[in-house]
Order: sequence, then structure tokens, then C-alpha cells
Amino acid sequence: MKPWGLYAIALRTIVTKEILRFMRIWVQTILPPAITTTLYFVIFGKLIGERIGEMEGYSYIDFIVPGLILMSVIQNSYANVVSSFFSTKLQHYIEELLISPVPNWVILGGYVVGGVARGTLVGVVVTVISLFFTDLQINSYSLTLLVFVLTSVLFALAGFINAVYATTFDDISIVPTFVLTPLTYLGGVFYSINLLPSFWQDVSLINPVLYMVNAFRFGILGVSDIEIAVALGIILGFIGLLTLFSLMLLARGVGIKN
Amino acid sequence: MTALTIDNLHKTYRNGFEALKGISLKVQAGDFFALLGPNGAGKSTAISIIASLVNKSSGSISIYGHDLSEDREAAKRLIGLVPQEFNFNMWEPVVEILVNQAGYYGIPRKLAFERAEIYLKQLDLWEKRGTQARWLSGGMKRRLMIARALVHQPRLLILDEPTAGVDIEIRRSMWRFLQEINAKGTTIILTTHYLEEAESLCRNIAIIDHGKIIEQTSMPRLLSQLNTETFVLNLGNPLEAVPDLASYRVKLQDTETLEVEITREQSMNDLFDRLSQLGITVTSMRNKQNRLEQLFIDLVDRSKREAP
Ligand SMILES: Nc1ncnc2c1ncn2[C@@H]1O[C@H](COP(=O)(O)OP(=O)(O)OP(=O)(O)O)[C@@H](O)[C@H]1O
Ligand SMILES: [Mg+2]
Repeated sequence: MKPWGLYAIALRTIVTKEILRFMRIWVQTILPPAITTTLYFVIFGKLIGERIGEMEGYSYIDFIVPGLILMSVIQNSYANVVSSFFSTKLQHYIEELLISPVPNWVILGGYVVGGVARGTLVGVVVTVISLFFTDLQINSYSLTLLVFVLTSVLFALAGFINAVYATTFDDISIVPTFVLTPLTYLGGVFYSINLLPSFWQDVSLINPVLYMVNAFRFGILGVSDIEIAVALGIILGFIGLLTLFSLMLLARGVGIKN
Repeated sequence: MTALTIDNLHKTYRNGFEALKGISLKVQAGDFFALLGPNGAGKSTAISIIASLVNKSSGSISIYGHDLSEDREAAKRLIGLVPQEFNFNMWEPVVEILVNQAGYYGIPRKLAFERAEIYLKQLDLWEKRGTQARWLSGGMKRRLMIARALVHQPRLLILDEPTAGVDIEIRRSMWRFLQEINAKGTTIILTTHYLEEAESLCRNIAIIDHGKIIEQTSMPRLLSQLNTETFVLNLGNPLEAVPDLASYRVKLQDTETLEVEITREQSMNDLFDRLSQLGITVTSMRNKQNRLEQLFIDLVDRSKREAP
């Protein structure tokens, strides 16, 4: 019989600590995405968007709002876990966790939930800001919420893996800059892939972010470039894969134990 | 009951350095145990493996009968560690550090706060409970780590040089504190470079050098191995030349200080009889070197000669 009650307390301890951490430094964690997305809404949505006209039957700003919300969720879920877990390693207070009887899945769960909490908070802030620019009509609340949370979990996991391998501060900014940003920008946040020549449409299909953005957009607007079931399958598949990989890293103590 | 059993523990670090070359050790429940050794001997490596901070290469460890690999969680609940290096979140307030650590052991927050209060008061840190850890002095940080190691009330407490950089007064109060919790049943393993500390606190001892145990015995038995002791005598009247003390080996440090070496077969009484006959007044006397220190140096020297 596993001591589930004890695990629940341990999980809550890690999650609370994580939430307090990003709330304490809200000027670095919550404010910047709010400002950036406001600028996106003003510049792309309003100024340029009005000249672009319609995309997939929606005004341009309505088209990009779902993508921008999801982009901030992706970036912040990732950023929270990668920077928090990396400093836990760097300052050695990971040893507080290693010495105690917390199972690895609770450690991973705690950090992922912490990342999801920040992703959610930022996502909500960005959504509220978007309401100043457009009326958001949500097509399917359940699908929207599902994709929101799953995407957040997925990128929190990715941030965790990045932190495990990171040994310097450079290592925690390389992946976001050179992998995450291009993938999101090319993941159909700002355009429908139907605009691309067919070769580049096919290339886009290997980008997992495309599936999330489209599934999320479908939840809100009801339009998507791809099949929703496929998108959900891909997200869940990646979550499964990254979870197993993270647990394997923790079990071996990669980047954590000598 | 044995609190800690280590069997043939090996550790080779990733760079190929072999830090532990097959260590076996038993520490009885309730013991106050000294793990001594020169810098780089492998003490912290062994302790870090016991505390699950470093992976072992091979060997086995069990804590109160719970194997650390097979019965991991039960074994871990019994261990408390005060590491050699500070390893807490410097931006966290003192009381949070304790309460969070307790949380990882599944201790409810309310109980955790009660425990934190008890140990912070005992270690004289209660006034600092709201202070971020980075603003504590070095000695306070050490005490914070002791308090943190106790919040889950471990039965085996391991302290890796807890008194390094701690002033005499606080060191003495730490000793009293450790003796108290030991008297209440907590097994303690201590590493230190202050050998008089080990001599006065610990009942059993192991000496490790170059990743091997070179001696494991009780403190009295170890001290009785000392063949000769050197005493320093302060004289009431200055001497011009080295006095003739028959079979005792003597040396004059200066005109008022005499060094006498006494073997186990010789007695102090004969020495003082002889000094009285010669009309030499002794005003005070002390050991030239801490007894454990002298043995320690001999043992480590011998192990160096045997395994170059
Ligand atoms: N991560 C590591 N990688 C490689 N070698 C290491 C590592 N950590 C420790 N060592 C080496 O292992 C040996 C034992 O180190 P350890 O810290 O266990 O010594 P110690 O007995 O605690 O010494 P001290 O009294 O100085 O604290 C040393 O030679 C050290 O350089
Ligand atoms: Mg050490």
C-alpha cells in the first residue's frame, strides 16, 4: 500500500513553492508576456490586420488570437520549469528533494503542475487582454480547455528535460530561442498553412506545434487546417513520450547525481 | 540493532577517479560515531551515497535493516543529513526551508510549523525565522541545516563537518545539543577535522583514507594504542641544562619548559619523584598533542607507507 496521503502533501509542497516563486517575481514572469501580446494585438491585429482582411473566413485578429494565447502558454509553461528546475540544480537545493522519500513522479508532477499554473495564469491574462480587441466566441469550451492544458503540460515537460541537461545559463536559453520560437512562429500562429505552396504545407506537418495551434483554434473558432483527432493524438503521444523520458532521466540521476 | 550497515561500497566518479575502494562499516543504533579521515579521503562521498545524493558504483547499504536500493522510501525516512556544503535556497526564508523540507516527507503543514518552531528555538534561530537564508551568518547557516535535518525526526543523523567555521561558544552548544538528541536515542555519525571534538563526543570511530577504512574500533581502545605520550611541563625555576631523568626521554624547549615522553610502561609518579629529587618545581603540565591527533597522524602515515 503506497502512502498516497504523504505523496499528496509532498506534491502540494512543491507546487506551492513553484507558484510562490513565479508570483514573487511577477514582473519577470507575468508582465512581459502581457505586454508582448498586447503589442501583437495592436500591431498585427489592428494596424496590419485590417489591411490583410480575412483568413479562413475570419477577420485577421480573430484568426490570430487563439494562436497568440497558445503561444504564451507554450512559452511560459516551458520557461517556468526550465528556469526553476535549473536553479534548483545550480544552487544544490535539489538535494532537499533527493534525500527525502519523494518518488520521482511526484517531483516531476510538482514541477509540471507549477509550469502549468504559470502557463494558465499567463494564458488567462492574455485572453482577457484580447477581449479589448475582439469579441471572443468560443466554439467548444471543453476542447479549448483540453488543448490549453495538454499543451501546457507538454511544454512544461519539455522545459524539465531542458533543465536536466542544462549546465550553464546559456543552455536554458538556447532551446527556447533556436527551437521553440521558430516552431511556434512556423506553427500557424499567424497564418493558415493553406497559404503555403504544397511542399511547405507538407513540411509544416512535421511541426508538432502546428497541431496544437490548430486544435486550439478549432476549439475557439471552429476552423482548423488539420484533423482534430490527429492533433489530440499527437499531443497525447508526445506527453506520454516526454513523461517516460523525464522519469528515466530522474531514475538515472542524469545531470543531477554524480 | 545496527543503524547503518555498509557492505563493500565502491564509487568511481565519471572522470574515472576511484573515491571509494570497497568500504564496509557497521554503526550500532544509539551510537555516536566518528568518521574521520584527511581531506579527500572519501568521507563526503560515502555520506552522499548514504543520503542518495550520489549514485554508488557497487555495494550495498541498509538503514535499520531497510535496504537503500530495495526498500528505498522506508530507508530514506530514517536518515537526516547535515551536508558539508550549504544546499538550501538562499532566497527562501528560514522557516519556509524547514516547512518545505518537512512537506517532502509528507508532514502536514501545521505539524511542520510546530516542528520548525521547536528546532529553530533549540538551535537559537527562532529570531531569524523570517529572514532569507542568504542573510544568515556562516554559523547560523550550519545550524539551519541541522534544524532542517531534524524536522522529520530521523533515527540516524549524519553530520558532515557541522562545526567547520563555527565559534567556540556555539560549537560547545552544538555539542551539548547533539549529545542530548543522542541520549534520546538518535544515532549520530559525525565527520570533523577537530579531533578533540571526535574524542570528546564519539564512542566509536572509523578512519578512512584514500577510499579505504584503515581503522575501525572504539574510542577507548584506539586511545589505548598510544604507546607514548609527550607532556609539556612548565617549571617554577629556570634550568641551565637538560636534567638527568634516567629512563625518561626529555628535551628542554626553553629554560622554563620541559618536554617529557612517557611510555605505557612508565609511570608519572616515578617521574615526579625524580623531579623532586633534583629540586625541579613543576607549576603546570599539559599534553603536547591531542591524543587522538597523535594516533590519527600515525595511522594515516602508516597507511601511506603501506599503499603508496
Ligand atoms: N564529482 C566528483 N568528480 C570527481 N571526483 C570527485 C567528485 N567529488 C569528489 N571527488 C574526489 O573524490 C575524493 C574524495 O572526496 P570527498 O569529498 O569524499 O573527500 P572528503 O573525505 O569528504 O574530504 P574533506 O575532508 O576535504 O571534505 C577527492 O579526491 C575528490 O577530489
Ligand atoms: Mg568532505
